[in-house]
Amino acid sequence: MLRYTLLRILGAIPTLLLVIALAFLMVHAAPGGPFDDERVLPADVAANIEAAYHLDDPLPQQFLRYLTGLLRGDLGPSYRYVDYGVGELIGIAFPYSLRLGLMAMALALLLGVGAGTVAALRQGTALDRIVMGFSMTGISVPVFVIAPVLSLLFAVKLQWLPAGWSGAHGAGRYVLPVVTLALPQIAYLARLTRASMIDVLGRDFIRTARAQGLGIATVVRVHALKPAMLPVLSYLGPAIAAILTGSVVVEEIFGIPGLGQLFVRGALNRDYTLVLGIVVFYAALIVALNLIVDILYAVLDPRVRYR
Amino acid sequence: MKSLRSVAFVLLFSLLAACGGPADERGPTNTLQRGLSSDPETLDPHKARSTQAADVLRDLGEGLVGYSATGELVPAAAASWELSDDGLIYTFHLRDELRWSNGEAVTAEHFVAGMRRLVNPATAAFYAQMLTGIENADGIISGSIPVSMLGVEAPDERTLVLRLTQRTPYLLSLLTHPSTFPIHTPSLETHGESFARPGRFVTNGAYQLDAWVPGSLIALRRNEHYWNNAGTAIDAVNYHVIVNNAAELNRYRAGDLHITNTVPADSFGLVRKEYGDQLRVAPYLAVYYYGLNLTKPPFKDNLPLREALSMAIDRDELTATITGRGEQSAYSWVPPGVANYTPAQLGFAALDKEERERLARARYKEAGYGEENPLEVEIRYNTSDLHRKVAVAVQSMWREVLGVEATLINEEFQVLLANMRDAEITQVFRSSWTGDYNDAHTFLSVLQSDSAANLPRYVSDQYDDLMRRAAAQVDPERRRLYLEEAERVMLADYPVIPLYVFVSKHLVSPEVRGWGDNVLDYHYSQHLSLSAPD
Repeated sequence: MLRYTLLRILGAIPTLLLVIALAFLMVHAAPGGPFDDERVLPADVAANIEAAYHLDDPLPQQFLRYLTGLLRGDLGPSYRYVDYGVGELIGIAFPYSLRLGLMAMALALLLGVGAGTVAALRQGTALDRIVMGFSMTGISVPVFVIAPVLSLLFAVKLQWLPAGWSGAHGAGRYVLPVVTLALPQIAYLARLTRASMIDVLGRDFIRTARAQGLGIATVVRVHALKPAMLPVLSYLGPAIAAILTGSVVVEEIFGIPGLGQLFVRGALNRDYTLVLGIVVFYAALIVALNLIVDILYAVLDPRVRYR
Repeated sequence: MKSLRSVAFVLLFSLLAACGGPADERGPTNTLQRGLSSDPETLDPHKARSTQAADVLRDLGEGLVGYSATGELVPAAAASWELSDDGLIYTFHLRDELRWSNGEAVTAEHFVAGMRRLVNPATAAFYAQMLTGIENADGIISGSIPVSMLGVEAPDERTLVLRLTQRTPYLLSLLTHPSTFPIHTPSLETHGESFARPGRFVTNGAYQLDAWVPGSLIALRRNEHYWNNAGTAIDAVNYHVIVNNAAELNRYRAGDLHITNTVPADSFGLVRKEYGDQLRVAPYLAVYYYGLNLTKPPFKDNLPLREALSMAIDRDELTATITGRGEQSAYSWVPPGVANYTPAQLGFAALDKEERERLARARYKEAGYGEENPLEVEIRYNTSDLHRKVAVAVQSMWREVLGVEATLINEEFQVLLANMRDAEITQVFRSSWTGDYNDAHTFLSVLQSDSAANLPRYVSDQYDDLMRRAAAQVDPERRRLYLEEAERVMLADYPVIPLYVFVSKHLVSPEVRGWGDNVLDYHYSQHLSLSAPD
């Protein structure tokens, strides 16, 4: 297992290098530069600025400079946030995204798996149809519709919760963004769990357990839940990545200073180093998450063995 | 049971994460809550370039001169000043009681250091050209003259002398701009280029920097050492970074904000009905225009065509039904409301619709186009709902009046900027120009042949000559006549199609006192106060 883990980590290095090279080329291929503006600068001033950021160097040289910096753990200066380094900006923004994402994931797991299990046990009843109806809505209504509606209802009309991040303290300000972010995941997890649970409950070993006189609650808890969780678990890796990278809209609407809004701003402003830095960071994160999920999978399912 | 345990672990971890978040500063109860449409790129006054940075910096710092709530120039760090008879030497007398936020004295040397830093090529400042009227500034910016040669001197701690190469009647308004603010030199020595961060930034304005969470909040609190601290009512100011207009409106509705940065276009009518006089709309020093690329066909050497296209647009229709937020039709390049100036008018401004369109068709024919060979042209604009609506309206007006076949091309803003700058593939392009100071020069200088911001690539010896003559005038009245004549000459050449003049739009809570509408849309927090709502 240790050897497998090490090999997987080594194998991730070429992937990351490729991601960096592609991302570097793509951000530089986009027309326009970080200092373009309607207020076009006089040539002298523009030249001073380009020289200060080494943007007047040939592209291969810029790429080499970036890579050497990266080896030292330096993600470079941000072009948009003049006083900040990219590493520092990620360090400020990521905890907000992480907290938001983990809470949303926890909520999604709790409600999604719960609702899915209940629906599987009550298959075909009104309860089942309600859960599945709700989850269909949750999957089809996009976040950019849910977010303003929730904000309008709970923050503006009822004034139960804060409308924006910067205007409030404490846990209250997490409620709306977390719920918004979790809703589609709850819906998806509920469907996934239901299907998987129905499948497992129909297997022979469950019938045997029931025949031995065990109550349904015990059977689900002891025998059915673990195998039923396998598809959920393999979905978890991509889901966490999706939640972390996909909180752009939620961060924008609720004004959360997370990584998603930083990334979009960076791309629109041609903040080359910031965009690259976040891409590298996300790539490393996703590779790591997939690795963790693979290992967990091996732990949970005795049939999966790596040589 | 390992799966359950890992789920429980994730749950526990999330709860811990939820509890241990860093607390954001909110400040005392007498706190003004303002909306800001994006993060400043920096609060370093010499490196900043966005209007958002300038808005915050006007609270943090102070130049020699400032503006009143209603937009009149008033003494700020300088108590008084004299101008020499030839109009080339300004002598400023600083206030005695000027202090930085750490209690140290603000001296004339700090202003000298600030201005030298602005033009220093190593600073790579965006607003370096603000000082081009000052002796040797151009040479320093281009790197051919040492920074110490800048025509700014401090004969003593309280006196600052500025030597100009040419008369610059708008110099005082330049000296209100954050790029001309002084610098606390010891901070620069201690912290290097990143001195303008929370915990480090020593400021000379009514407020100091408390916290900055990028993408969320900039918190300011009172500077006890400010010379007019007694006259400053509000203890703390929170700038909430809210990019989405609709989200900003929601925050105002929820009572989170006292002042919004703007009002969303599509809910403007609703907001006006709902909030009445809390909605403040005022003319703003900015013009929305379509530029014509004069270096390429079809617009190169075809004056009648440019004239016909400009004439065929019903600007009143555009401002009434498309923009619809109180914008005024533009028949000039310099917006009305600029100090000591009466904008020239496009030749057809006074004509009625029928006459105007008849004349437009005549010019169109004169230009060599007609029903059989209609003009095919591309309109480029940056992706935005408003720009699209304007382009669609112009497209249909051109088609109806002239039979022009216009293609709409929307581009991401940075792409459009690059295309406008290159002037290779552009034909008609959307742009706008916002005044940096309250003088016609900030608009007219854009279209001088040597200006980098001259996107249509307009070249006219007559125009350049009139601008030079205006710059040489001592008498403001004579200067004004030259500038007005220059605009008349330029408008008759039709390098641009001015469409409308912007308005500033804010929601201002009834709790806010001391608000003044002004063409620059500057609203210093130190002029405001908060009272309980009636």
